[in-house]
Amino acid sequence: MKQKLAVPVLLFALLAVVMTLVQFEVIDLYIQTIILFIGINIIISSSLNLVNGHMGEFSCGHAGFIAVGAYVSSVLSVALFAQDRIFGAPLLPPQYTVYAFPVILVIGGLAAAFAGLLVALPSFRTRGDYLAIITIAANYIIITVIINIDKIGGARGFMGMKRVVFAMEDTAAIPWMVLWVFLFTILSIIAIRRFVSSTYGKGIIAIQQDEVAAEIMSVNTNKMKLIAFMLSSGLAGIAGGLYAHVIGYVNPKSFDILKSTEALVMVYLGGMGSITGSILSAVLFTLLLELLRPLQIIKWIVIPLLLIILMQFRPEGIMGNRELVDIFPKLKKFYRFK
Amino acid sequence: MLQTFVQNILNALQWGSFYSLIALGYTLVYGVLLLINFAHGDVVMVGAYIAFFIASLLLGHYSFFPHALPGGVALVLTIILTMILTAAVGVSLERIAYRPLRRKGAHRLYVVITALMCGLILENGNLALLGASRKKFPEMVDKVVYNLGPISVTNLKIAVILAALLVFILLQFIVTRTKIGMAMRAISYDKFAVPLMGIPIDTVIVFTFILGSSMAGLAGILFALSYPILDPYMGLSIGWKAFIAAVVGGIGDIRGAFAGGFILGFVEIMVVAFFPSSYRDLFSFTILLLILTIRPTGLFGVPKTTKI
Amino acid sequence: MKKIFSAFLFLLLTLALAVPGLAKSKIIRIGFNIPLTGEIPKVGESSKYAAEMLKADINGKGGLQVGSEKYLLEFIYEDNESKAESAVAVAQKLIDRNKVLAIIGPNSSKQAVPAGEIADMNQTPMISPWSTNPDTTKDRPWVFRAAFLDPFQGPVAVDFAMEQFKAHKAAVLYALANDYSKGLAEIFKNDWEKKNGKGSVVAFESYGDKDQDFSAQLTTIIAAKPDFIFLPNNYNEVALIVKQAHDLGWKGPFMGSDAWGSAELMTLCGKDCIGQYFSTHYAAAGATGATKEFIDRYQAKYGYVPDDVAALTWDATRLVLQAIQDAGKLTGNVRKDRKAIRDAMANIKSFAGITGNMKFDDQGDPIKCAVVVRINDKGEFVFTKSVCP
Repeated sequence: MKQKLAVPVLLFALLAVVMTLVQFEVIDLYIQTIILFIGINIIISSSLNLVNGHMGEFSCGHAGFIAVGAYVSSVLSVALFAQDRIFGAPLLPPQYTVYAFPVILVIGGLAAAFAGLLVALPSFRTRGDYLAIITIAANYIIITVIINIDKIGGARGFMGMKRVVFAMEDTAAIPWMVLWVFLFTILSIIAIRRFVSSTYGKGIIAIQQDEVAAEIMSVNTNKMKLIAFMLSSGLAGIAGGLYAHVIGYVNPKSFDILKSTEALVMVYLGGMGSITGSILSAVLFTLLLELLRPLQIIKWIVIPLLLIILMQFRPEGIMGNRELVDIFPKLKKFYRFK
Repeated sequence: MLQTFVQNILNALQWGSFYSLIALGYTLVYGVLLLINFAHGDVVMVGAYIAFFIASLLLGHYSFFPHALPGGVALVLTIILTMILTAAVGVSLERIAYRPLRRKGAHRLYVVITALMCGLILENGNLALLGASRKKFPEMVDKVVYNLGPISVTNLKIAVILAALLVFILLQFIVTRTKIGMAMRAISYDKFAVPLMGIPIDTVIVFTFILGSSMAGLAGILFALSYPILDPYMGLSIGWKAFIAAVVGGIGDIRGAFAGGFILGFVEIMVVAFFPSSYRDLFSFTILLLILTIRPTGLFGVPKTTKI
Repeated sequence: MKKIFSAFLFLLLTLALAVPGLAKSKIIRIGFNIPLTGEIPKVGESSKYAAEMLKADINGKGGLQVGSEKYLLEFIYEDNESKAESAVAVAQKLIDRNKVLAIIGPNSSKQAVPAGEIADMNQTPMISPWSTNPDTTKDRPWVFRAAFLDPFQGPVAVDFAMEQFKAHKAAVLYALANDYSKGLAEIFKNDWEKKNGKGSVVAFESYGDKDQDFSAQLTTIIAAKPDFIFLPNNYNEVALIVKQAHDLGWKGPFMGSDAWGSAELMTLCGKDCIGQYFSTHYAAAGATGATKEFIDRYQAKYGYVPDDVAALTWDATRLVLQAIQDAGKLTGNVRKDRKAIRDAMANIKSFAGITGNMKFDDQGDPIKCAVVVRINDKGEFVFTKSVCP
């Protein structure tokens, strides 16, 4: 009993505490924004870790899928719920936002998952650094397509999502974005964790170890790759949808190759194939970026330097491929990790 | 129409030469260490800046050395000094950041991330040191525009194309015909057996970095001569694209990098010439994706056989 | 190791919570949300330098006179790394943590649009010196800007080119991923075709982010034989484009936009740019009065002629200070003061800025004149024509 409930209770308590703090304005909007960014970055890094860590591929175009999710969910939510000069009057009354928003996010995720096919299909035949190029190219292609669609703003970007968030808050005055980011972060982590620790999902770890051997041991490698890529890009799409609604504005340039490299850094900082590592590194990286802001230009020398030094001491990232329970075995009492 | 086409072929040759020069640097290091040296584009940037300071010095732009050398002499000296100094930058990156990681047996992707970080440090270190003002590269040679009817070529364009060709021939010769080239290929073939054969592995790796980075220095100076505006982020985009070019050609192969660079240059220029230019990246990357789908290991890459 | 690590985490968290500034009286705090790193560090640097100069001026005189009291200025510069999400975080930090009375910046629309949302939502006056995207200020009573809008500048360029070059056919080369460049190019094209008939823009070409080679686009443009080329691009790209066009045998004129107006244009472009025209906010050469004084002092202090960003930041900051003075007194209650400043800002009747006289319309956009300048043989930007709305 203790074993089963500990983590859910803990998470629920954390959510309750954060929500109350935000609700009664104990923590200001700045801290709130950072908390939201942390949640989004956790989804981004752990979803990329699925492909780069667990499966051992080198995908460097994650931002492309974030962009797809961000745009699809933004366009949907604005078209459905906000007065907009492109889509005209809202199609649904604002009370429905609360129910429709998670659905919209999931649709954005699905769209991103399909964009993931762009990478998944070539991955059947090629891997390693050749696949890396395909992912970079996919990132460029997605950005160029968005820039060329004037309907959704092109290079000017797309906005109006804040109105949808306000509509939710008008329906019930609680910090909805905190709730959604929290829920979707937890759901993504559960999804990834259950996937990689299931017998079925172990196939992708087999691919990482030795693709040919995995194939011989009756792992359907093509199918596993397809699922892993689509799951990873789908979750990235959900992160994109959340990002778009937190910022209230999306611009194709926000999802260029630099965003992808940020995701890469988070994955390898945390450790390949470690979910807790990804979470930890997303938290650390986001906080570090905010805290060092006063250093201005020097910040972007200090952060890479810190990372290089860290790599020298821990050449396998913070956690390596271990999880938290491997380091603190006592935690097993509360929760069975694998 | 035909004139435009011929003119565009010349444009593509010049632009492709830069991709080739930079892709050669990527592929050299990759061929030996299987390391994607993402800092390479920024080493090119550093090369351009070094060339800028040396050229300004030699042309007498600084008060403490007021002896202006004639353009031709200054150019030759600048090229040599830039290549040496840029090679030093490349080698120190290897010594400080990559080698310790390699010794520790880190996963190679961690070395790649370290390279990315080194690139960031080079860019932002430059920005912090020299400020945000862009630099104008001095005109070292008088530009001559040759007009062959409606087609125009500058002497610089011809020099760039020739330089790319020469570098390719030189590297191809070193890698395939010399003893050290053989050692380089041997390391990429089997890193563990090579030291047993009495080949000094570190020396060979340092030599590779010297070769690759001095080519980056050359690319930097030629780039600065052709596009004479320097800023700290100039190596970023061309670096990524040159990496793509190297892979399309078949990474690790000198001929592949050379061909890949020109292919990317031609595709980019021709897409702009015949399609709406706003679709350039879409078309050119789709074409590259198709090439990789048809030949999954690039044009010159050989599929690796894996032993089980 | 574990202990050190958890201690480190704890330290980070406490730091995050303990940074807020302490509110002190007799100080006016203004936040700057500017790109000191990232794609356009020069823009951030210009903004910062102009602001520093203004601060030194006013604090040197003992502070800003508001009502009967003097207040010292404190400017807080935050780097938004030229990223949208950073601009949002910075805006929030300035508003919530630093309790600034007003925000200057961000400069490019990519950051100004989302940061404007934050400022408007939190009822903090914000003024973007440089953003030209209509969305930045649209339906946002708390957000202003100092630069004129593209729908005004585009026709200025069209009319001038028709008159000056007697042109009937135009070609445009713009930066696809730069919303400023793209927007202005489209407005120019529509206006030109309205006045010269369909198909009179003979080439409409674009290039990507951080491109350095424009030879293919220019080859297409030159083959279409336009009367002139319109370049609504940043000055660093302009320098490359003009040079490459000359290499490809182009001998006709160019016409540019306000993004040309940088001191660096002539260092980068050299003799190739001489004789070209562009529309801008102010003409540095032959400037008089306050404008000249600003240019001379800026040049003496930082070693180069200020670009339009510096001039616009100077004006934007002075607008805010003017509004503070107009508000009459500061209560010390941040929310009330912000409201007073916003109202005073919207009510400014006429403001004599170094980039021209202006006042705000009901959207928070300035109504002011544009000038067309010519680059003379000495590389100075000489006043040619002034166009007022």
